[in-house]
Amino acid sequence: MFELLGIPPQALFGQLLLGLINGSFYALLSLGLAVIFGMLNIINFAHGAQYMMGAFVAFFLLQFGIGYWPALIIAPIMVGITGIIIERLFLQRLYQLDHLYGLLLTFGLALIIQGLFRHQYGSSGLPYSMPSQLTGGHNLGFMFLPNYRAWVVVLSLIVCFGTWFVIEKTRLGAYLRAATENPTLVRAMGINVPRMITLTYGFGVGLAALAGVMAAPIYSVNPLMGADLIIVVFAVVVIGGMGSIMGAIVTGFGLGVIEGLTKVFFPEASNTVIFVIMVIVLLIRPAGLFGRAA
Amino acid sequence: MAQITEQADIRPARGLGQWSEHIAFVALVVFLIVAPSFIYPVLLMKALCFALFACAFNLLIGYVGLLSFGHALFFGWSAYVCAYAAKAWGFPPELAILTGTATAAFLGLVTGSLAIRRQGIYFAMITLALAQMMFFFALQAPFTGGEDGIQAVPRGRLFGVFNLADQMTMYAFVVVIFLACFLLIYRIIYSPFGEVLKAIRENEQRAISLGYKTDRYKLMAFVLSATLAGVAGSTKALVFQLASLTDVHWTMSGEVVLMTLLGGLGTVFGPAVGAFIIVAMQNYLAGFGQWVTIIQGAIFVICVLLFRRGIVGVIAHALRIRL
Repeated sequence: MFELLGIPPQALFGQLLLGLINGSFYALLSLGLAVIFGMLNIINFAHGAQYMMGAFVAFFLLQFGIGYWPALIIAPIMVGITGIIIERLFLQRLYQLDHLYGLLLTFGLALIIQGLFRHQYGSSGLPYSMPSQLTGGHNLGFMFLPNYRAWVVVLSLIVCFGTWFVIEKTRLGAYLRAATENPTLVRAMGINVPRMITLTYGFGVGLAALAGVMAAPIYSVNPLMGADLIIVVFAVVVIGGMGSIMGAIVTGFGLGVIEGLTKVFFPEASNTVIFVIMVIVLLIRPAGLFGRAA
Repeated sequence: MAQITEQADIRPARGLGQWSEHIAFVALVVFLIVAPSFIYPVLLMKALCFALFACAFNLLIGYVGLLSFGHALFFGWSAYVCAYAAKAWGFPPELAILTGTATAAFLGLVTGSLAIRRQGIYFAMITLALAQMMFFFALQAPFTGGEDGIQAVPRGRLFGVFNLADQMTMYAFVVVIFLACFLLIYRIIYSPFGEVLKAIRENEQRAISLGYKTDRYKLMAFVLSATLAGVAGSTKALVFQLASLTDVHWTMSGEVVLMTLLGGLGTVFGPAVGAFIIVAMQNYLAGFGQWVTIIQGAIFVICVLLFRRGIVGVIAHALRIRL
């Protein structure tokens, strides 16, 4: 087999795949943040906690004998409903105020949720086994491809592009985009904008929970699994800019791959490479790669 | 756009209003003199370090309207450098604190010039991400001691005369540092420079149209805030003789936001009051584990929904005075 810069291809492609997996999560989470920000003008700091909740709901469902495949549908809906409750109870009161209050409130919610889960389950991870249909893998010749990981990348791509399609190409999406630009005018057309906002938040939260379910068999289910991840996703969002759905998807996958490559060539920097890229982007294109200037 | 602070409508009307801040300051000094007789001095010193940290943070959010979610960066790194200077290089305490503070000022200049390239919500995310990056550097750099941190930092002799190992001498030193920085912040707020900052907070476009280079003012305020946070972090390293990862973690950035929000954004005394309350709460609830985090989260939610002026802000508004 060939070697690239002295790196065995198994290691290189293995890390590339891991990068793609991480990129799938970055893309799903930053997509959710972008959708929520577009409608609510709020940065959802609780996104990491809601991702964790998705994984935990999948774990609870398993205790009741409900497996991975139903959980993939049920968990996002359940966590999405908690999101809808949060929007109705709290966020709704903040739309007239500075954006920063939304950030502070959702940060408080994240502390509460993570604190409650840690109080109940400690900080060690809980195991969640892979669905039996997706165990094992294929040998592609140049690398070994575990089935589950391939599934995560494929599903994430489907969900991301599905969301993009709905928002950019359908009538519902047109309403959403119109309501983002001018909510008052859209309301005057007889469309229930407050309900649309509520459902958008529920949908964004559901995306985070879906990412959580997908992550459960790969990473262990633990109360702090979303806490540090959300900060990386914030950096992804700063790099991509939140103006564009496609931008969020491309940036998410791209940065995941770059992070994976860094693990091969310069492992010490793998934790920080995304932040370093953020610094470079801020220096060269302050508005973000896909952002519009404020 | 609605403002992050709601202080603009306070007009001191009567005689008392003009003197309210002076009276409160005298009360604060008296409290700090009397307090060691009934509160454990180490707890007081901890509260004072966090009070200074929160006041420094408030300079940015309260008077420029910039929410930094990465202030632990300055607090934690100044603590590391101060602790390292005192322990490894044998610096006397005053020089160690100066070294730590200078580090924070430098980091403030670098991160500030990056972060002010974006506004509002992005500013918060950028500062948070930069602080997380520096957290990983602190985790990996050899001199920080990784998970152990830098322990057993010598307090030394201040100016070669006062032995800071004595608890009350250290307390007096911390009080002097706190009051000096507090007065400096007070001076900044009411200086012409501070008035420009408030103008930027209220309406940046208009400040620009009046000919102010708002980016320079914002950067200056950011560096000042980082520097003062550095004083707080360095002092804390000497008080506890410890610099650790806790000081640079994002939870620390969250705590300083909470203290300032609870006390009152954009009030002179609010951050200090908030810091004392949170430190006291952490101390008395220390045995309840995760409940401290949950309560802190709940305070965030309650403050944002019902209580945006904060404690001192509510009092000041009710009495129509400045505090």
